[in-house]
Amino acid sequence: MTDWTDIAALDDIPQRGARVVKTRDGCVAVFRTAADEVFALDNACPHKAGPLSEGIVHGAAVTCPLHNWVISLETGLVQGNDTGQVATYPARVEGGRILLDAAFLRARSAA
Amino acid sequence: MTQNIIVIGAGMASGRALEHLFDAGADVNVTLFNAEPRGNYNRIMLSPVLAGDKTYQEIVTHDADWYEANGVTCRFGERVASVDRAAKTVTAENGDVLPYDKLIFGTGSNPFMIPLPGHDLDGVIAYRDLEDTELMMSMGPHNKVVVIGGGLLGLEAAAGMAARGVDVTVVHIMGHLMERQLDEAAGYLLRKALVDKGITVLCQANSKEILGKDGRVKALLLDDGTELPCDLLVMAVGIRPNIALAVDAGLAVGKGIHVDDQMLTSDESILAVGECVEHDGAIFGLVAPLYDQAKVAAQTIMGEEAAFVQKELSTKLKVTGCDLFSAGDFTDGEGREDIVFRDPGRGVYRRLVIENNVIVGTVMYGDTADSNWFFGLIRDKTDIADMRETVIFGPAYQGGAPVDPLAAVAALPRDAEICGCNGICKGTIVDAIEGGATDLGAVRAVTKASASCGTCTGLVEQVLAVSLGDDFVLSGAQPICGCTDLTHEDVRRMIKSQELKSMAAVWQECAWKTVDGCHVCRPALNYYLIADWPLEYLDDPQSRFINERKHANIQKDGTFSVVPRMWGGITTPDELRAIADAADKYDVPTVKVTGGQRIDLLGVKGEDLPDIWADLNAAGMVSGHAYSKGLRTVKTCVGTDHCRFGTQDSTGLGIKLEQALWGSWTPHKLKLGVSGCPRNCAEATCKDIGVVCVDSGFQIGIGGAAGMDVREIERLIDVETEEETMIVIKAMTQLYRENARYLDRIYKWMNKVGLDWIRERIADPAERATLAARFDLSQTVYQKDPWAEHVQQKAAIYRPVANLALEAAE
Repeated sequence: MTDWTDIAALDDIPQRGARVVKTRDGCVAVFRTAADEVFALDNACPHKAGPLSEGIVHGAAVTCPLHNWVISLETGLVQGNDTGQVATYPARVEGGRILLDAAFLRARSAA
Repeated sequence: MTQNIIVIGAGMASGRALEHLFDAGADVNVTLFNAEPRGNYNRIMLSPVLAGDKTYQEIVTHDADWYEANGVTCRFGERVASVDRAAKTVTAENGDVLPYDKLIFGTGSNPFMIPLPGHDLDGVIAYRDLEDTELMMSMGPHNKVVVIGGGLLGLEAAAGMAARGVDVTVVHIMGHLMERQLDEAAGYLLRKALVDKGITVLCQANSKEILGKDGRVKALLLDDGTELPCDLLVMAVGIRPNIALAVDAGLAVGKGIHVDDQMLTSDESILAVGECVEHDGAIFGLVAPLYDQAKVAAQTIMGEEAAFVQKELSTKLKVTGCDLFSAGDFTDGEGREDIVFRDPGRGVYRRLVIENNVIVGTVMYGDTADSNWFFGLIRDKTDIADMRETVIFGPAYQGGAPVDPLAAVAALPRDAEICGCNGICKGTIVDAIEGGATDLGAVRAVTKASASCGTCTGLVEQVLAVSLGDDFVLSGAQPICGCTDLTHEDVRRMIKSQELKSMAAVWQECAWKTVDGCHVCRPALNYYLIADWPLEYLDDPQSRFINERKHANIQKDGTFSVVPRMWGGITTPDELRAIADAADKYDVPTVKVTGGQRIDLLGVKGEDLPDIWADLNAAGMVSGHAYSKGLRTVKTCVGTDHCRFGTQDSTGLGIKLEQALWGSWTPHKLKLGVSGCPRNCAEATCKDIGVVCVDSGFQIGIGGAAGMDVREIERLIDVETEEETMIVIKAMTQLYRENARYLDRIYKWMNKVGLDWIRERIADPAERATLAARFDLSQTVYQKDPWAEHVQQKAAIYRPVANLALEAAE
């Protein structure tokens, strides 16, 4: 069952930027693209666990600040010649507010 | 039986509904109220009236003869005071009570007035009716007008008045114009077109207060303190359905008056059409759905079956001569891809958003001739897999053989001009190529083609490709990244020559192949724009690497290091105590003395940054920019103050230099050193810029390094005084800022342009002075402590945006 939870206003995150949401099992990075789409991913690069929320957002991808791995915000898949995947979580925007599925996040910490 | 019909509001929708009734020969007796003292006119043609292209008479849709011929009782300039639904009567302002069988609400919308202080002053108007239009038409070349709102209406008002010679400024709160219909790139092109018409456009501008004098508007004050004087202020920020009378009458309303598919309100004897209605959650501003509603309303009154259906909408507009089109959903999203086409020469931008091989949205600017074809593809959800390669070029390019992009260049005659700046024709370039100039650099050197503004670089390369065939290897020079074919140097040249002052401008004019760049090009472009347009360009934190965005060095575990500035390496017991206290308070695991003569606090948690900065600020310290592509440190020895060999006050000069240069952004990090004598204890000879003091003055050298490459400085110039040293180093820094490629240290750049070229610039007193003056100008904007600024304005971004750990613990 989904449990859409209001976490913040869209404008709390700059366009082409990110903020983190604390959960019991580490931080989730919430990204906002230039087109005001939002995506939620684990805040850790599959390479050396770099904080993806601090990366540069371009199109629907983010570049890890530590070693420039590029990760798709849509699928969590590492782009280019590197391989790996970051967990993604349901996120959406409604009425200028960002909603995350808390049930999904809880399942993640239970796993 | 004749139906008594009362219509409230003579707008475009209600007028069209009446036409349908009369055309169908409906047996009706109509009374038409209108608050404006006139009948139906085509409101969307007010803009041509304002611009002087049409007169009011030409936009009247129904004249007195029409009303008379159809037996309409006109009550213009009269409002309806109330509706008695039980008795099925309306009461006019003058007390007349009129019975109805069917009542039509066409009350339209009210312009939204931002409740800024001063919004009720004389001379503050909306753009809604003929009165507003006439006031704007009374403005002339001696007047200044401010328009708040960069949407369609605001821009039409601005353009109309600009056509009359009025000095118009548009103030828009969002980052680009018409953000609901256009993406950033198209918004940029529109802005450019308006600026070309002499309109001043301010985006991301927040209005604070409307200033008045003797009850009349005098100026608009923005929250950054800018004051825009004006004789008239037009607010065009949006409309709200006018539902006051419907609310009083007890009809169901939301944002607008609720209607069903038959345009009936919650009272089955009352209909509503136009901008005042809300249908299935939507309200309406464009004319096409309003006309559909009018037709359905007329059919409902005549007892015919009809239903209003909301259609997929496209917006095709001509804003002041600029063609633009958008349709569908053009936001990025999961599984969505873009195809982008830019033609900087013609000012054309075209973007298709594709999902599962279907076009779901499009934005077009400049050339909208094929818009209907694209709209058809969106509406019919056509599978474009087979034409994916060519779909962006439009219907003319579908089917048949793929087009050779070089064919057009091959077909050009020899006397076709390729490079406008230098007047170079295709023949000259071809001759040069046949003479052995087989790459871009050689053609540039021989002919000067594309050596000035650089706009024609792509064309010259195509001439090379056509002339050399398979022998052509696209220029050895590497493009910045996959987003563009241009090199750093090409783009820097374009930014200067074409006066590109925003990221969107560079993307469009340099034909970027992606929507918004990547992590390679964005930091470079942000730097170039900062360096070349310090006053005009606004720094974009989202295009900076994390260290410069958060003003601290990210470490491998995601923590940060904090380095306060110690001017010239000089500190005090109080500063050291404050640093020690901060290290204790924030559990800093490592405290290290750096090679740049200051102290590094390593392992600070991101969330603690604003607090530790506030503590260090309180002790009088500012950011050391140990993380920046900018001035790092000025390392000094103790000089004449204490040293028995010192020849000059090297410490004092180092402090002066650091205080002059701190805060500036440079292509790469910039380290200075000042040694008090040739023994060189400050190791000045391996700095980017090094000063060695001697008895007779100061020896200034550049191009040292002690990193992956170890290099000694080369002597640039000798001067006699500290004042000259300061000016030379400011000028040198500015020359480097304006000319080097992003991420080139001085020595790398020097290898490309040559020390002689640099020395000529710096040795010339006039050029030295203007370079130093431009540096000082940039420092008025960028010399500020980012720590203090972030503590005061941005502390929130260092914390999590939400904490679900607590909730999950339940």
